[in-house]
Amino acid sequence: MSTSLSDKQIQHLYWRTGFGISSSELKSVRKFSKKQMIDRLFLESLEETPLSLDFGALLKNPRDLSREERKELRQVRNKKMLELNVLWIKQLAETKQTLREKMTLFFHDHFAVRLKTPRASLHLNNVIRKHALGDFRDMLMEVSKSPAMLSFLNNRQNRKNSPNENFAREVMELFTLGRDNGYTEKDIKEAARAFTGWNFNKNGSFVFRKNHHDFDSKTVLGKTGNLTGEDVIKILLEQKQTAKYISEKIYKYFVNEKINPEHIEELTDTFYNADYNLEILMRKILMSTWFYEFQNIGVKIKSPIELIVGLSKPFQVVYKDPKVLLYLQRKLNQTLFLPPNVAGWPGGRSWIDNSTLMLRLKLASVTLNSGVIEQYDDTDDQTTMMNKQKFYKKMKTQIEKRVKATPNWENFLTSLEQKDKKELIDFIIQPTLSNSASTMIAKIDPINTKSFIIELMSLPEYQLC
Amino acid sequence: MDRRNFLKQSVFASGISLVPSFLKGMEFLSPNQLSGYKNVIIIQLSGGNDGLNSIIPISNDIYHRLRPSIAKKEGQTLKITNDLAFNDKLKELKGLYDQGEVSIINNVGYPNPNRSHFRSTDIWQTASDTNQYLSTGWVGRYLDANCQHPYQAIEVDNSLSLAMKGNKMNGIAVSDPNQLYRTTREPFFNDLVNNTHKDMLDEDNQGYLYKTMLETYSSASYIYETSKIYTTDTAYPQSAFARNLKTIADFIVSGLKTRVFYSSLGGFDSHVNQLNSQDRLLGIYSEAIGALVKDLKKNNRFKDTLILTFSEFGRRVKQNGSRGTDHGAANNVIAIGGSLKKPGIYNEIPNLSDLDDNGDIKFSVDFRSVYATILNNWLEVNDQEILNTNFKNLGFI
Repeated sequence: MSTSLSDKQIQHLYWRTGFGISSSELKSVRKFSKKQMIDRLFLESLEETPLSLDFGALLKNPRDLSREERKELRQVRNKKMLELNVLWIKQLAETKQTLREKMTLFFHDHFAVRLKTPRASLHLNNVIRKHALGDFRDMLMEVSKSPAMLSFLNNRQNRKNSPNENFAREVMELFTLGRDNGYTEKDIKEAARAFTGWNFNKNGSFVFRKNHHDFDSKTVLGKTGNLTGEDVIKILLEQKQTAKYISEKIYKYFVNEKINPEHIEELTDTFYNADYNLEILMRKILMSTWFYEFQNIGVKIKSPIELIVGLSKPFQVVYKDPKVLLYLQRKLNQTLFLPPNVAGWPGGRSWIDNSTLMLRLKLASVTLNSGVIEQYDDTDDQTTMMNKQKFYKKMKTQIEKRVKATPNWENFLTSLEQKDKKELIDFIIQPTLSNSASTMIAKIDPINTKSFIIELMSLPEYQLC
Repeated sequence: MDRRNFLKQSVFASGISLVPSFLKGMEFLSPNQLSGYKNVIIIQLSGGNDGLNSIIPISNDIYHRLRPSIAKKEGQTLKITNDLAFNDKLKELKGLYDQGEVSIINNVGYPNPNRSHFRSTDIWQTASDTNQYLSTGWVGRYLDANCQHPYQAIEVDNSLSLAMKGNKMNGIAVSDPNQLYRTTREPFFNDLVNNTHKDMLDEDNQGYLYKTMLETYSSASYIYETSKIYTTDTAYPQSAFARNLKTIADFIVSGLKTRVFYSSLGGFDSHVNQLNSQDRLLGIYSEAIGALVKDLKKNNRFKDTLILTFSEFGRRVKQNGSRGTDHGAANNVIAIGGSLKKPGIYNEIPNLSDLDDNGDIKFSVDFRSVYATILNNWLEVNDQEILNTNFKNLGFI
């Protein structure tokens, strides 16, 4: 049947375009055709919810502040960065506009900016959200002109006769064409001249400073003229390679890290011919048959944010101490608003090393069950049993004190349609279980649904979606 | 013990009542065996360190002319020769240099240099040609060819670099051995590991997760138990980088059978007002190195240690418009050790009157020659097997 999807496929759709699906939602969307389901996803994301924070003292001009106040300002800034981080995590977990937020998360990584200024970071995030399902060309232009990008890649210092190449290089290497894809060092140098004079004023509005602009002739990718920054961005967008690079990156993120060249070609044509409309590109992917094929399901390593939000959301976890959320992000190597560098998070297998893997495996138990993964074996003797209980008890006290997370188990358990073993495995785990996990799970008596769910979520398989 | 047996043994031994019996089966070094166990510490200054303002061609007019506002004046430097001087933040390094424990290799790079941080870092870490894309790192391939255990290459950092990834085996990333060890005590995970054998793992992501879990189990308790043997009382500076070097010193002095340590100091990617930020970072680097070497000397391990510092590229000779520099090409590499064969200035200093088309320093030493020398002369393995090409041996060690 081509029009309706299996539960596994629906879960796949919801994991990739969001953070999984609840049991009750699964029940209600099951009756829809594939097209209806996808229409519904876009409809839900029609509107946008910009992040907003009260910046208070940060809005004042530093020049009007006393020395003491300026010192405090730094602390306020750090505090606001933390608030901003937690605010977005909360929105990711609670929003109905899941697809829009997921796209925002994708482009947050694509246009990676690492700053300590919460106003600029928030502004950039909202710019991305606004265009997340719209026109990539508009997004690129507005991002390039945002205070966040202008500061981060030093375009404010890029002036006539003393160019700074930082932005010109990264706009080609990371934002449009992709590394080593048809541009030269000479193109970078010429493009840098075109971006001279791009700046912003103290209100954070873009300004073009004529005095700093190089009005002489430049040649970028074979086009010669008195080029401006806008012209360069237009030239980059005229290259089909840009559509290919973005399509490929989106494919790797939403479909599979291993690309299928035929699919990429198909997507590149669609995206380029649709004048870089992101909704059309995403519809093309989600309406395809290949998106739902077996080899694309349960093969993606969840990013730390996907993992944290994915397990907080169905349990409506409340984190009493927001610093815990920050700690987890840091330990798992993905802190929102603080990508490691301009290339964003490398993703995929690089999320996984010895330390992060063990914490990731432990995460479900830590946030949902005070760190305890109860596991008893028929072969355990009395002493082993007692040792285990002692271990769990100690763990419980430690974790409760430190993590202070409150999950809503009651809601989760009552919403479950089925509580038998196979159904639970299918609902919680996207990939097929490994032999080791099957052997282990076979030994477990799922009479305690809660413990069984924690065990499933502690398997390496749960790291995949 | 072969790897299969080793795994089996560690897996069965690490039940709920843990370890000592399993440790007995492990080889770790007794104090008299420690001596002569050679290791190398590799440090990447990430972001492209400006080598010209670190080790400064102080007498060169071109240097001063092309960098009117960021050239170091003589009073801000520590003299090496009439032509070269250290940035004055590299005080500890200068001290080591004077004792014949530093070798400075100039103009290190590769043909057709790439000026992207990410690509150039990959090239350095995989030891590839500029147009060759490899998925394994040179240390990882060293592990594959010469080692039995992942912990023979340890990265003291939050994540594992490409350099440390091999085909069969990856190195271990650990920033806090205690924490890593604690997580492996979970009965549930123990049971899972018990049920897993390496030969049933696929090459896909799921197999990768299980493989990493097995490697973690096979190393975590060894690293934890062994590193407890020695905790340094040498004072280290307060930086995160110094803390990482302190962890490395604890590992080395405790007798961990690790050949390669890897760590990095980031933040060198400045394009604006470079002097302040670079000087601050070089200070952090130098102070931490000073403490590390002092610690190793006190424990008589410095003669067995080689510290190699590199950056993915140098900076353009001419300053940019914002008192900074843009991405460049060839750069200097610093080797520090108690057993250098050729301390001092290893080769000719950068020729600023013969730059490439971008105005960058041309390379005269391929960085893979540096690796080949370390692999062959120091770690005593077949370098060609790891680097796939025969690179010139530099003989500095």
